[in-house]
Amino acid sequence: MGLIPIYALGLLAALLAAAKAQDDLFAAHAWVFAIACTIAIISTAKRVNFAVEHDTSEETYLDSVVRAGVIATVFWGIAGFLVGVIIAAQLAYPALNFDWPFTNFGRLRPLHTSAVIFAFGGNALICTSFYIIQRTCRARLALGNTAWFVFWGYQLFIVLAATGYLMGVTQSKEYAEPEWYVDIWLTIVWVAYLAVFMGTLFKRKEPHIYVANWFYLSFIVTVAMLHLVNNMAVPVSFLGSKSYPVFAGVQDALTQWWYGHNAVGFFLTAGFLGMMYYLMPKQAERPVYSYRLSIVHFWSLIFLYIWAGPHHLHYTALPDWAQTLGMVFSVMLWMPSWGGMINGLMTLSGAWDKLRTDPILRMMVVSIAFYGMSTFEGPMMSIKSVNSLSHYTDWTIGHVHSGALGWNGMISFAAVYFLVPRLWDRAALYSPRMVNWHLWLGTLGIVLYAASMWVSGITQGLMWREYDDQGFLVNSFVESVSVLHPFYVIRMLGGVLFLAGAFLMVWNVFMTIKGHTRDEAPMGSTVATATA
Amino acid sequence: MFTHKVLETNATLLMIASLIVVAIGGIVEIAPLFYLQNTIEKVEGMRPYSPLELAGRNIYVREGCYVCHSQMVRPFRDEVERYGHYSLAAESMYDHPFQWGSKRTGPDLARVGNRYSDEWHVQHMIDPQSVVPESIMPRYAYLKDTPLRTKDLAAHLKANRAVGVPYTDEMIQNAVTDAVAQANADSEGAEDVANRYPKAQVRDFDGDPTTVTEMDAIIAYLQMLGTLVEFDVYRADQNLR
Repeated sequence: MGLIPIYALGLLAALLAAAKAQDDLFAAHAWVFAIACTIAIISTAKRVNFAVEHDTSEETYLDSVVRAGVIATVFWGIAGFLVGVIIAAQLAYPALNFDWPFTNFGRLRPLHTSAVIFAFGGNALICTSFYIIQRTCRARLALGNTAWFVFWGYQLFIVLAATGYLMGVTQSKEYAEPEWYVDIWLTIVWVAYLAVFMGTLFKRKEPHIYVANWFYLSFIVTVAMLHLVNNMAVPVSFLGSKSYPVFAGVQDALTQWWYGHNAVGFFLTAGFLGMMYYLMPKQAERPVYSYRLSIVHFWSLIFLYIWAGPHHLHYTALPDWAQTLGMVFSVMLWMPSWGGMINGLMTLSGAWDKLRTDPILRMMVVSIAFYGMSTFEGPMMSIKSVNSLSHYTDWTIGHVHSGALGWNGMISFAAVYFLVPRLWDRAALYSPRMVNWHLWLGTLGIVLYAASMWVSGITQGLMWREYDDQGFLVNSFVESVSVLHPFYVIRMLGGVLFLAGAFLMVWNVFMTIKGHTRDEAPMGSTVATATA
Repeated sequence: MFTHKVLETNATLLMIASLIVVAIGGIVEIAPLFYLQNTIEKVEGMRPYSPLELAGRNIYVREGCYVCHSQMVRPFRDEVERYGHYSLAAESMYDHPFQWGSKRTGPDLARVGNRYSDEWHVQHMIDPQSVVPESIMPRYAYLKDTPLRTKDLAAHLKANRAVGVPYTDEMIQNAVTDAVAQANADSEGAEDVANRYPKAQVRDFDGDPTTVTEMDAIIAYLQMLGTLVEFDVYRADQNLR
C-alpha cells in the first residue's frame, strides 16, 4: 500500500509528459506508462488488507512470481515465434508487407528479435533464476515484493520496446533498439533485479553459492555493464523520442558489437548455462559431472566472451588489430563453450537410460547438443577467411537460429515442462508424449531452418564473388536474391514446425495447470508391448 | 591461501571478481579506438549531414533499412567492382549511430549516391518490383504522402553537436530553412545550403515541388551516400604510421 504514492507520482509524470510531448510517438509511450501506473494503483488498492495477520511468508518460497514468469515465457515465446514466421514469409513473398508502415519487414524484424531474445528468453531467465536461487540458497527471495516489481517492470519494458518498433521508435543498434527513455526504465528494473538476486544470496542458508548462481550473477552484472555503455545517448528533447548515441562510426560500431555479441554471450549463454546447471542434475538425478570443470569453464567463458565482438566487423573499416584480436579470442572461446557442453552432457553418466523414458531430459540433451554445434560453428565463422564468405549472408542467420531455437529454445521449453508441475503442485505433466512431439517438431523445424540457410548463405556468398573467364562479375545483386526463394520457403516451413511445437506446449501447460492428465501409454512402453 | 572457496562463499567478492573479469576485454579493444590516430583516416571532403540529409537518415533508421542493407564496402575485388572504393572509417565519422549493417538481403548502399536518378528512387520506393521485378523489398509509398517534420531540426543539429558533430551556430540557426531550401533549387536559401554543406545536392527530389516530404529527405540522403570523400587525393599509405 505504501507504494501507491510512488505509482501516483509516476502517473502524474506520465500525464505531464503526454501533454508536453514533442512528438506523437513519445506521447503514445507516455500514455502506455500512464496506463501501467493506473493498473498498478488499482491492483495495489484492491489488495489492501486491514486485518492484522501473522506474517509467515519468510518460511516459504516466493513462487507466485515464478508462476507468472512461466506464463509470460510461454506467451512471449508464441508471440516471438509467430512474428518470426511472418517475417520469414515476407522474405519469400514480399506482398505480405502490405504496403503499411507498421507491417514492414524493417520494423517487424527488430520486433521478432527482441520478442524472442528479451521477452521469451528474458522472462525464462528471470523466472528460472528466481526459482533456482531460492532452492539453492534455501532462502525466500529478498526485498519483499521487489521481485514482482522486476516482473511487471520487465513486461512494461517489453511493451514499450515492442510498440516502439512498430511506430518506428528505434536507435537502430541491433538488439539495443529501444530509445533512451525505455533504456532508462530497463536500467531501473535491472538494478532492482540485481538487488533481489544479491539480497537473496546474502541471506542464503547454504554456505556455498551454487554454480548456477555464478552464471546468473555474471549474466545480470555483465548485461548491466553492456546496456549502460552501449546505450549512452543525448536525447533531442527530454520530452521527445529521438536521441543520438554519443559514439560515432567506427567506435560506435565496435561498442555496438561488443554489446551485441555479449547479448549472445551473457544473455543467451551465461544465463542459460545457469538454467542448465540446475535443471540437468535435477532431471537426471545425478550430480554435476565435474566441479573443477565448472570453475575453469565459468571463468574462462566470461573472460573470453567479451573479446569476441570484433568478429562481427571483419574486413570493415575497424582497424585490423582489433579484428584479429576478436578472431583469436573467438576461436579460443570454443574451448570453454565445449567445457559447458561436456559438463552438461556428462552429468548424464550412469543415467543415459533415462533418455528412453524422459522426454524432458531428451529435450535438455538436444538443447546441449545444439549448444555444442553452434559454439563450434561460431568460432569457425569468426575466422576471417570463412567470414569473408559468410558475412552479410543468411549463413549468419542460420547460425543464430541453431543457437537460439536449438539451445535457448529447447532448454527453456525443458525448464517450462520441469517447472509447471512443481509450481502448480501437480503430480505430473498432462502429457509427456506431447513433450516428445514438441521436441521432434522443434528439432525438425531447426534442421530445415539451419540447412536451408547454410545453402542460401553459401550460395549467395559464392554468387557475389563469381567471375567469368574474361574477369567480369557474373551475377548482378538481384540474381543472388531471386535464387534464394526456395530456401526462404523452406526456412518459413521450418519456422512453422517450430511454432507448431510451441503450440503443443501451450496446450500441455494449460491442461497441466488445470490438473488433468492425458490418458496415454507411458513413454518407452511401445517397445515393451511390441516385443511382448 | 586463496582457493575458489573464497569466491564461492562471498557474494560481493564473486560479483566484483566477475565484473573485473568481464570488463577487461572491452577496455583493451574499445578504448584505443579513441586515441590511436590512424583509426580514422585523414581525408578531404567529409562534412556533417545537411539538415535534409539528416532528416532522411533518421527515416532510414526509423524504417529499419539497416536490417537488410549494409553501408560498408569490404576491400575485396568483387565488392570494389560492384559498389566502388572500399569504405573508410572517416566516412562514418559523423554517423551517430553508425549504419554499417550486418546483412545484405539487399545490396550495399555505402556508395549508392548518384548511382540512380531521383525518378528511379521515387518509383523504386513506391513499388520496388516495378523497377526490379525480382526484388523482395517492401513498398515505401507512404513516404511520398507524408510531409517532412522540420520544426525541431535545429534541436536535432544541437543534439548532434553535443555528441561531437561540428555543426556551427549558423548551421543550427538555419536548420529549418536549409532543409526546405535544399528540396527546392529555386528558393532563396538554395545557394546558402550549397555553401554551408559543400557538395549538397539542391533540388526537388520527389517530383512534387509544392511540399517537402519524407521522400525528399530519404532520397537526398541516399543521393549523397558515399559521395563526399575526394578519392582522387586520398592516399591510403599516408595512414601508415
